Amino acid sequence: MNLTALPVSTLREGLRQRRWCVREIVDAQLAEIARVEPSVKAFLHLAEASLRDAAGALDARLERPHAIDALPLAGAVVAVKDAFCTRAMPTTCGSKMLEGYRAPYDATAVERLEAAGALLVGKTNMDEFAMGSSTEHSAYFATRNPYDLTRTPGGSSGGSAAAVAARMAPVALGSDTGGSVRQPAALTGVVGFKPGYGRISRYGLVAFASSLDVVAPFARTVDDVHSVYIALAGRDGRDPTAVEAPVEGGALVAAPLRGLRVGVPREYLGPGVEAAVGDAVAASLALMRAAGAEVIDLSMPHTALAGPCYYVLAPAEASSNLARFDGVRYGLRAPARELLGMYGATRDAGFGDEVKRRILIGTFVLSAGYVDAYYAQAQRARALIADDFVRAFARCDVLVTPTSPTTAFALGARHHDPVAMYQADLCTLPASLAGVPAISLPVGLDGAGLPVGLQLIGPRLGERRLLEIAAAVESLHRQLPPPTL
Amino acid sequence: MSNAYEPVIGLEVHAQLRTSTKIFCRCSTRFGGAPNTQICPVCLGLPGALPRMNEEALVMAIRAGVSLHCTVNRRSRFSRKHYFYPDLPKGYQITQYQEPVCSDGHLDVPGADGGARRVRIVRAHLEEDAGKNTHGGGATGTSEVDLNRAGVPLLEIVSAPEITSAAEAAEYLRQLRAVLLFAGVNDGNLEDGSFRCDANVSVRKRGSQTLGTRVEIKNVNSFRFVQRALEWEIAQQIATLMAGGTLKQVTKTWDDVAARCHVLRSKEGSDDYRYFDDPDLGPLCIEAPLFERATASLKPGPAARRQRYVDALGVTAADARVLTEHPLLADYFEALVARSGDAKRAANWLANIVKPDVKFEGLGARFPVEVEALAGLFARLDDGSLSQKLAKDVYALMRETQRSADAILVEKGWRVVTDVAALEAACDAVIAAHPRQAAEFRAGKKGLIGFFVGQVMKATGGQADPKAVDGLLRARLDPASA
Repeated sequence: MNLTALPVSTLREGLRQRRWCVREIVDAQLAEIARVEPSVKAFLHLAEASLRDAAGALDARLERPHAIDALPLAGAVVAVKDAFCTRAMPTTCGSKMLEGYRAPYDATAVERLEAAGALLVGKTNMDEFAMGSSTEHSAYFATRNPYDLTRTPGGSSGGSAAAVAARMAPVALGSDTGGSVRQPAALTGVVGFKPGYGRISRYGLVAFASSLDVVAPFARTVDDVHSVYIALAGRDGRDPTAVEAPVEGGALVAAPLRGLRVGVPREYLGPGVEAAVGDAVAASLALMRAAGAEVIDLSMPHTALAGPCYYVLAPAEASSNLARFDGVRYGLRAPARELLGMYGATRDAGFGDEVKRRILIGTFVLSAGYVDAYYAQAQRARALIADDFVRAFARCDVLVTPTSPTTAFALGARHHDPVAMYQADLCTLPASLAGVPAISLPVGLDGAGLPVGLQLIGPRLGERRLLEIAAAVESLHRQLPPPTL
Repeated sequence: MSNAYEPVIGLEVHAQLRTSTKIFCRCSTRFGGAPNTQICPVCLGLPGALPRMNEEALVMAIRAGVSLHCTVNRRSRFSRKHYFYPDLPKGYQITQYQEPVCSDGHLDVPGADGGARRVRIVRAHLEEDAGKNTHGGGATGTSEVDLNRAGVPLLEIVSAPEITSAAEAAEYLRQLRAVLLFAGVNDGNLEDGSFRCDANVSVRKRGSQTLGTRVEIKNVNSFRFVQRALEWEIAQQIATLMAGGTLKQVTKTWDDVAARCHVLRSKEGSDDYRYFDDPDLGPLCIEAPLFERATASLKPGPAARRQRYVDALGVTAADARVLTEHPLLADYFEALVARSGDAKRAANWLANIVKPDVKFEGLGARFPVEVEALAGLFARLDDGSLSQKLAKDVYALMRETQRSADAILVEKGWRVVTDVAALEAACDAVIAAHPRQAAEFRAGKKGLIGFFVGQVMKATGGQADPKAVDGLLRARLDPASA
């Protein structure tokens, strides 16, 4: 039995029936990591020893009858994006600025993972401070796409996506600000679920753009992202933006597709969408229609505003959130004779080009004389985009779009062309700006054997229903073959 | 000559709200702890940490706002104000910018003539304090940062630029301090920085409606210094303008030793703080129950009480002003009047004799004598057995010994003691002090009564009635024969 190929629910059932123990799961994962990680390079930090210790402790705990009932993620090995604060491991956010930084506390999401019986295997690579769509903006190294090592896994949560795709972990944690979980999920052929804004506490997630940042899980099945979501979601006194609405638990049952109203906003299928991606979306829609769903062509007229809007708001918030990295209290400090010189030298040495670019953009759009033309205008655009979703969901139950206009692009292809890089997020940005839940499902491979992702978007607080629909759509498609590594 | 010009002054006060914990985390706000011992990921601005509003700070802002006759806005917002400084952990301060919690209030500032001038308060907003830098410590000349104060809640109270003299500015500050003390939200302590004032001052041709170039004088830590700094700066500005010079917009600091202001920095390129709504904190909403809870225990403020003391109790305006400098002094006064009537006398005594001995510590105060004891002294004034002059001496002894007025009077014999209880006490004391003689008296040596009477007369300073003492002694020494 290859334990690394199994979903969390199966692994947990096996533990319950004592068909295997946690140590066996962990040993299998670590063996697989040892085999494939040198070529994929998904991790910035691996915690093998502490993982083995935690496995032993969990096995001991599971000796007690029914102990597993309280542990919905028992035995799930989890890879965590390096943007989450962890006491036991470094937290670098993919930046030289935080090289060697050790947080004195655990993020709420990390705490809840562990409380549910999950085991942290390590911290995954990412674009620096989550800014990027290829993981090439990591200050350390680029992560490779398990389906083609010359290509990007997407980003910014590329390390987590690649780890799940390459069977180094069944589930992983990422953060999605404008598509940073959904896009890499699409490019690596896994499931990436961005809950609505505020569903999972952001406490301990290093902030990129606070009004957009969402904690989001990866897995290889809808059922597994659901399990992780249920374990993490819910109010948290430490995050005032965490929503109060109760989270519906219980086993996930696929929604009947018959009569389901599937909206297809035509603005997402423009000329920028690769033929193979467009074909895969069309094929998936055909399967849904065949299963009895009603496919509705509709327009979301403000979709084109999402890019300009996002690339004003996110840098604005980032320029503010990253002001704390000044060399005074923690992280990198570059020596200088006086204070201003120290700030300049530290931030110059600590931040990479993409981060500096966004800090400059953000600083500019918030400056006196420009704030109304850019920041305030972008806020108005954001409201229009959110309105598009409200209107669309009056006519349909779910929206279907490509997750990424293209499949995985070659490493280096867009690295020096920021605008081309920003195109990668065009299908994922609107749901981020509207704060609504969205999920990316693998729906096939293109001619080059690269995964294609389908995005399903649900209304605000409609996570449960969206996951039920996603489970139904997932069942229409064959599982992707695992990457050959 | 300088009469051709008039000063225009606006004041910004940063008042620390006396919550037990910081505005966005649960760290203690205690003053004077060892550096960096009252910190956590939130007030340190560690990556990933998020602020969460401390409702007590909001409660106190509401109390202050109501006390300053402000509109308390049911919905306000937090913004981020960006600048780099080592004492500012996040690189931005969380403050309120376009939508403050309180707006459009006023403060009535008493003038020397007994009247009052109304100064408008533009706004009062919540914000977090920064930490504290210390420079050049040790041989290495390093700078150190203490973040215990970072995140302590402040209410910044901004007056309209309509204060017209240095003296009025100082009086505005005294009144504001009193209002906040009465509201129980600030301890009014200038020395430890929990009540800090910045003054903006410009001068203009009398009658002109436009404002001149303004100078900001920062962090002056006494009302007297504020007045001196403003007097100096106003004279300086008028002299410059009269000499045909021009003024620069600068920030200054007051140097009391040199008795002049020094330029701290130029403000010519105005700072760009890049304000925007803090996305980590939603709108600050005040629902009716919270407003009720905040204001239910609010007692009348200093102005209302001052007016009542003058109008209803006949207290002089000067005494009323002193009595309303601190809520516990006003409370003491009211309790004293309730016990001893005569409000004018109570006010006069408190303002002139007792107040210098009161130890004020923030919102607390230690009085030299209890209200009850002072009322006891007044009772002796009322029954004519004490003169005003003797009463002051008795008060001085009461303060020193914590004994009652009557006990002191008996002991010192400063009047005829007609108080039977006091005499009985003196007799008991004498008998207890001479057990051998008491036993001999009881054994039949009745002549010793003269000895006992003499002792009691000595103890009461010769101010007791010997016949009464004789009777009281016999009743005690030989109850059967009495």
